[in-house]
Amino acid sequence: MAKIKPSKGAPYARILGVGGYRPTRVVPNEVILEKIDSSDEWIRSRSGIETRHWASPEETVAAMSVEASGKAIADAGIEAAQIGAVVVSTVSHFSQTPAIATEIADRLGTDKAAAFDISAGCAGFGYGLTLAKGMVVEGSAEYVLVIGVERLSDLTDLEDRATAFLFGDGAGAVVVGPSTEPAIGPTVWGSEGDKAQTIKQTFSWDRFRSGAVSELPVDSEGNIKFPAITQEGQAVFRWAVFEMAKVAQQALDAAGITPDDLDVFIPHQANVRIIDSMVKTLKLPEHVTVARDIRTTGNTSAASIPLAMERLLATGEAKSGDTALVIGFGAGLVYAATVVTLP
Amino acid sequence: MAATQEEIVAGLAEIVNEIAGIPVEDVQLDKSFTDDLDVDSLSMVEVVVAAEERFDVKIPDEDVKNLKTVGDATDYILKHQG
Repeated sequence: MAKIKPSKGAPYARILGVGGYRPTRVVPNEVILEKIDSSDEWIRSRSGIETRHWASPEETVAAMSVEASGKAIADAGIEAAQIGAVVVSTVSHFSQTPAIATEIADRLGTDKAAAFDISAGCAGFGYGLTLAKGMVVEGSAEYVLVIGVERLSDLTDLEDRATAFLFGDGAGAVVVGPSTEPAIGPTVWGSEGDKAQTIKQTFSWDRFRSGAVSELPVDSEGNIKFPAITQEGQAVFRWAVFEMAKVAQQALDAAGITPDDLDVFIPHQANVRIIDSMVKTLKLPEHVTVARDIRTTGNTSAASIPLAMERLLATGEAKSGDTALVIGFGAGLVYAATVVTLP
Repeated sequence: MAATQEEIVAGLAEIVNEIAGIPVEDVQLDKSFTDDLDVDSLSMVEVVVAAEERFDVKIPDEDVKNLKTVGDATDYILKHQG
């Protein structure tokens, strides 16, 4: 039997740089209230959200990704040509073929980097990070760009008072590369497909094709509605707080980190109430900085963790070298948690 | 040993006090969680999870919406406790 040479990677991987892009339009709760019967106080008390960013037609999934990635690449101190793979996590890029990752890789000036999209909802960043770490350590890429990007305003039913205020747009990116020390812990991840109905699209795209146009939902002006993300709030809240606190704890244990060792906690920015309850359930010490970027960013799904990470580093609330617990969770249901050293 | 109605109400009062900051004495059988006790839908989930632990009972998501008053929750726990 012929011998196949083994691949050769780095001993360990780390996040080398982070970048974010937030659309220029800031949307306060007052704008949301034009179409739903609610109040600023209600929205803030149920979600913590004060403002979110909504993308303009020019701020496409690709454009936002290129902006965020450019900053991440500069922050990492490498050139785009050194990137061996581009992984894009999104649920709001509306053309399935080709993957948007290839256009992003090209616009960034990579040298024919491998490029593909993944779909893992709000856990997408952790899923991408896990793939990237594997590639760097296995040797199929020296540097991997992981992008979480969403235009969830396109998937929001502005007449649904339970979700109209929740979602935002933006892109966050990190560069993962070689390290001489462990700087990305073991990932604790998984899926619970039996709970798929708790966060889902209102209807599938092929309903537009199947012909029964008269059965499609319409808005108050009689226009056919685009599919939107809907959720069972209480069921999701229970799962996110109590089940995900267990997963977060498992990720700490797997990395050999105690809550006292931790500097920063960056959970998926789904809802400030989920974040606060998780902090309480996990009994995180007071010295741990907790990301609450949700207040001015809304829920940006796969983009939320890198966006929050970038902001904490930019404001000085967190610093390079800090030990951070990151956990994403959402539609699937899927989840991914790991401990990382901040870039 | 199964808790009595009185013990359940007292336990719920402690839980609601801890989660929503409502005085223990305000938590009475006829009080509505949302209208009288300032327990919104998300806090209700926290109340339910705390009650599950305390009274060794499972309260599935689909049953939570039927627990409008402290009396509803007390009856549910009395009937389903382990």
